[in-house]
Amino acid sequence: MATATLPDSPTRDAAAPPSLERSSYGDRIFKLILTLGAISVPVLLAFLVYQLWSGARLAIGKFGFSFVTSSIWDPVQEQFGAFPLIFGTLVSSLIALAIAVPLSLGVAIYLTEFAPKAIRQPVAFLISLLAAIPSVVYGLWGIFVLIPILRKSVFPLLRSGLGFLPLFQGPIYGPSMLAAGIILAIMVMPYVMSVSREVLMAVPNTQREASLALGATRWEAVITTVVPYARSGILGAIILGLGRALGETMAVTMLIGNRHEIAASLFAPGYTMASVIANEFTEAVGDMHLSALAYVAFLLFVVTVIVNAGARLLIWRVARGSGIGSKAL
Amino acid sequence: MNRRVLRRGISNLMVGLMVGAVIVALLPLFFILFNLVVKGAGSLSWAFFTKTPAPAGEVGGGVVHAIVGTLLIVGVACVIGLPIGIAAGIYCAEYPGSRLTWLTRFVADVLNGTPSIVVGVFAWAWIVATQKHFSALAGSAALALLMVPMVLRTTEEMIKLVPNSLREAALALGYPRWRTSLSIVVRTTLPGIVTGSLLAVARVAGETAPLLFTALGSQYLSFNLNQPMAALPLTVFTYATGPYEEWHQNAWAAALVLILVVLILSVGARLAIRRRFELNG
Repeated sequence: MATATLPDSPTRDAAAPPSLERSSYGDRIFKLILTLGAISVPVLLAFLVYQLWSGARLAIGKFGFSFVTSSIWDPVQEQFGAFPLIFGTLVSSLIALAIAVPLSLGVAIYLTEFAPKAIRQPVAFLISLLAAIPSVVYGLWGIFVLIPILRKSVFPLLRSGLGFLPLFQGPIYGPSMLAAGIILAIMVMPYVMSVSREVLMAVPNTQREASLALGATRWEAVITTVVPYARSGILGAIILGLGRALGETMAVTMLIGNRHEIAASLFAPGYTMASVIANEFTEAVGDMHLSALAYVAFLLFVVTVIVNAGARLLIWRVARGSGIGSKAL
Repeated sequence: MNRRVLRRGISNLMVGLMVGAVIVALLPLFFILFNLVVKGAGSLSWAFFTKTPAPAGEVGGGVVHAIVGTLLIVGVACVIGLPIGIAAGIYCAEYPGSRLTWLTRFVADVLNGTPSIVVGVFAWAWIVATQKHFSALAGSAALALLMVPMVLRTTEEMIKLVPNSLREAALALGYPRWRTSLSIVVRTTLPGIVTGSLLAVARVAGETAPLLFTALGSQYLSFNLNQPMAALPLTVFTYATGPYEEWHQNAWAAALVLILVVLILSVGARLAIRRRFELNG
């Protein structure tokens, strides 16, 4: 057909059906290009794991697993232990979740179950904008706006009110575990909110109707029927938030005070795995120091992979295959 | 009777608490944007966009070096990351049953959750450590790797929205598969793929952690990708943590510029994507 309308194509083989011939050839090239693109993604990940591991090899060989339990961080003596970093990462992330989870669940439930239709989308949109703000801007705002407020009013209030707990004792510096936890809470909130909102929206309406028909108030319908139905998905959303909090770098580095110490008080400065890499990598001179930092990066990678995989599994259980939570926010 | 009043009271109380949660959750956004405008807008001037930094502690100077740096680093990241992400995304959508699709999707999810600082360490070990000097190119490589999973996911989601009847119609007319994919499927989703890419650009343009020990930052205007280069997020970080009051002011102004770019890109892309979703049902 094409040969008839295009006389200036003498190379075409007249015997074989031309379009078929060309199509299988083109199809093969097309598929080859796409396959190359698709294959390069797992190859890149494998390469990333290899590079992290080979960078950390020196430290893994010298310290082995005791790296995780030791608290000494001495670049001069080349002795490294990551326990205070792991502790700081966990504590700051847990503070963040303690603040962000009730807030985001409240917002998510309100938006899916109670809010007037007209404000649902706009409010969800505004909160998702929080996820678009770069980490370093949170850090800047934290240093010059949040910390002065915390130091002047919030921290003294906490100390006088809850000072009997060791968590809220001791001198107030400003940059501290609690400040980092609060900024993390703001940063994690949009993720937890939007994923749990999607999970709640995936709950079938018949569940709500059945509960209301039995005479439940709207709140009772939510808490006895909708939330239990979406339970594992909500847990997944929370763990997804945890994964974000564990790896967050810049804002935490700017607010946590950066000290290799374990303190009972949340007013004291600390350190996280991500922020030690951010702070010391360019200044590290010894090979062992660099390798120890790469070891920290390797551990951080392994932990976030496990946490994220767990979160996705839980979310899939509620909304199989609908792609919730895997979209780039 | 009393019990019913109590139950209704609890219900109303909880709704009230949730409205409170919405207000508390929205406060930081307005607070941050308000502070950025109030503290940053004053320092925006012609010189701010056209001059390189003044010597430390002196008034004046600008961040043109960082704006140029961000454009170059992100631009090169797009050149590397977008083709891979889009090709992989088309593959996942066009061959949904294949084992490679499953693997690629899974790996994209893993990469999406990987902290950006870890990707920075990777780019350092791969490029900086072997070349033995910091380079903007290493920063671009790190940002490209961060873009791939985001672009892949949006491309795949967009292509999945194309109704199968369109594909069948093209094939029935004698189009080969590759032309069906390119001129029918990809063509109809092109706006979606473009907005997905913009969203990814908006995300990586604000990234600081992967640039810390790859592009490193500099105080001079540079176009050499093989050398250290400044970037807006790096400049915000150095100025914010530095000791001088003038630096702090410039940090606010640079952050305002950064957030304007990021918000315009991501809000625009989101609105465009939302409109597409509505069009398709």
